[in-house]
Amino acid sequence: MNGRSRFSRAQRTSILSGIVSIVVLIVVLQLWLLTATINAHLGGNLAVAAPAAAASLLCFVLVAGLLRYVYRLDR
Amino acid sequence: MSRRDPDEMTIAPDGRPLAEQPKWRRDFPIDVPEDHYVARREFTKFLALTSFAFAVGQAWIFAKSLLGRHRSFPELSVARLADLPIGGSLQFDYPGPGSPKLLVRLGQGELVAFDARCTHLSCPVIPQVDRGRFHCPCHQGNFDLTSGRPLSGPPRRPLPKVKIELRGEEVFAVGVAESTP
Repeated sequence: MNGRSRFSRAQRTSILSGIVSIVVLIVVLQLWLLTATINAHLGGNLAVAAPAAAASLLCFVLVAGLLRYVYRLDR
Repeated sequence: MSRRDPDEMTIAPDGRPLAEQPKWRRDFPIDVPEDHYVARREFTKFLALTSFAFAVGQAWIFAKSLLGRHRSFPELSVARLADLPIGGSLQFDYPGPGSPKLLVRLGQGELVAFDARCTHLSCPVIPQVDRGRFHCPCHQGNFDLTSGRPLSGPPRRPLPKVKIELRGEEVFAVGVAESTP
């Protein structure tokens, strides 16, 4: 915005579109993971909760990293 | 004459230069590409919040599963064998109030007990001993009388089984078995 960015606005918009697509995929994966875990938990299967929580946390870390990159694009 | 940075130029929705735009748009210009960029960035932020909420939900389920793993069940005297005829059933709350269970006597010393709520939408199930099933009248779901496994209808999960022990003439509930989805 202030002209100091490495990329032009058109380039940043394209990068952001790509990031949004990846983030949407990750969030949909997390939604699927949550519904599958709830289903297993209600069925009395307690073993899946730990790996599912770890996977979901990893997904969030990825999304947070991408969001951080988006904000760094503007600097 | 210096050239302006394209990033600082305001672009109207139709792409024509600002000088050709109507006066109201010249007075209140909207930079459409910039607007799109900011909207996508805000959407990404919203998705990150959603992702955080999902991760918190997963952590909550994990915490609940940890608590459930170390859960101990009390022993509860449910009925006297003489009070329950063969083919008869009895409803009781176990491990505490608000958790209705069904005890069914199938034979002389053959007893089974399951959660009384359908695993579909928690409607109360009805034991039909002559047909060998628990029947849920809400959505016509059926469960096997001896194993609690779903036989037909919308339920996909079995009824949670209550561990029971016969001590002399008295029936005790001693725990709730983990079921598999």
